[in-house]
Amino acid sequence: MPEASPAPLPEGHRPWVRVTHWVAAAAFITLVFSGFVILMSHPRLYWGETGNDLTPAWLELPISRNYQHGGWTKPTSFFATPGSPVSASRTYDIFNQNGWGRSLHFLAAWFLVVPGAAYLLAGWVSGHFRRNLAPASSELRPRPLWQEVRDHLAGRIRTPSGGPQYGLLQKLSYCAVVFVALPVVVITGLAMSPAVNAQFPFLTGVFGGMQSARSVHFLAFAALVLFLGVHVAMVVRSGFRRQMRAMTWGK
Amino acid sequence: MNDSRLVTRREMIVGGAAALGSLLLTGCSDELPPTYGHLLRMGDALTFAAHRTLLSGRALAREYTRRDITSFPATGTTDPGDTPDPKAGEAYRAWQAAAFANWRLAIEGLVAHPGTYSLADLKRFPARTQITRHQCEEGWSAIGEWTGVPLRTVLEAAGLLPHGLDMVDVLHPQTILAYGMNGRDLPIAHGAPLRLRVETQLGYKSMKYVQRIVVKDRFDDGGKDGNIQNGWSWYAGI
Repeated sequence: MPEASPAPLPEGHRPWVRVTHWVAAAAFITLVFSGFVILMSHPRLYWGETGNDLTPAWLELPISRNYQHGGWTKPTSFFATPGSPVSASRTYDIFNQNGWGRSLHFLAAWFLVVPGAAYLLAGWVSGHFRRNLAPASSELRPRPLWQEVRDHLAGRIRTPSGGPQYGLLQKLSYCAVVFVALPVVVITGLAMSPAVNAQFPFLTGVFGGMQSARSVHFLAFAALVLFLGVHVAMVVRSGFRRQMRAMTWGK
Repeated sequence: MNDSRLVTRREMIVGGAAALGSLLLTGCSDELPPTYGHLLRMGDALTFAAHRTLLSGRALAREYTRRDITSFPATGTTDPGDTPDPKAGEAYRAWQAAAFANWRLAIEGLVAHPGTYSLADLKRFPARTQITRHQCEEGWSAIGEWTGVPLRTVLEAAGLLPHGLDMVDVLHPQTILAYGMNGRDLPIAHGAPLRLRVETQLGYKSMKYVQRIVVKDRFDDGGKDGNIQNGWSWYAGI
């Protein structure tokens, strides 16, 4: 009688997954840091095409001395009509580190966009997305979904396989990051560029204006930072050493 | 083949944003802005090259209607006559007192007919009015109406020498020397008597208080006091 062959070891993370993961991770941390510095010079967010210190904001963040600074001259109207738009001059020295902040942001963006595009291409061609990221239709039912949520809330975390054999919530959150949040953050970033905008006006149009694109850029950043926090917490909880080994050396 | 590459790589250079600004225009052939071996400047150069390769450079920034005009903060220098050292603002105050009738714009460098132009001279050129969005690197934006003369018209009248004829942003139809804003003379706080509008780049390239335009054949970064050596990206299309 032939001996039963041992169960095959689960597949580990492919080299291109590991490389693009870490390059994108380093780029992302740099983008978060420089993006925060950029936001500090104008910590106000708006909807629509325009927004500035003389118009209302939907969100004001107390993250620099520019927050609700009253250092402006008395406004003067452009037109004689009531409710006319106004002009006022800034009288204070604002916090502004955008010289290096913006250049660092755009440099880091290249390290997110180029490996990100390579990752999307490889993930699609190799079948990685279909095999490992897309939830199976059997998983996408209320009962297993609810079970997964309950397990996570109760802290019942399965032992990692050391490869791309992901749980349902893991697949859903990775899909949200890879196919929604990161593309949105890149597209809204491009939409804020005046040269790109002149060539492709629909990029800001789809978001309802340049300041809307900036607000969506901020919200996508907030969602991605939240993901990063949960992601790192789950790596720690599920076995930090094993998970780090799997994403670096492969096994 | 070689020619088309020269066309896409040639560009305008605006250096310095001092209160009374000189505009430096350079028809560099095949040249990227200097990087000084600095990693951030290399990133800027990469973005610049990508823009010049992937974008036509002739696309017009969106124009709006008068109903879209918004409130407009004035930042940076808002009154060149009001200086800590009274002497420094003297010339500007004298122009202001004469309603800029004695003010003149100098056009120098690689032009066939260097010379100066009064505000009345500039207003005799065919005017262009555009309602555009000003986008500040700080993050805010505002819509205003600008009236002025296309920079291209003035430079061609001064006999811009052929090497510079394909500078992308200088010759952009919306790049104007504006003397009017929202239907009136340009206010002091917004750059009177004359400011540049470059609608395909960020606000800090739309220099206020332009007094002198110099056409050069070499990249000029404005030296040690210039913004580029002080850490600001020369190209602000992003």
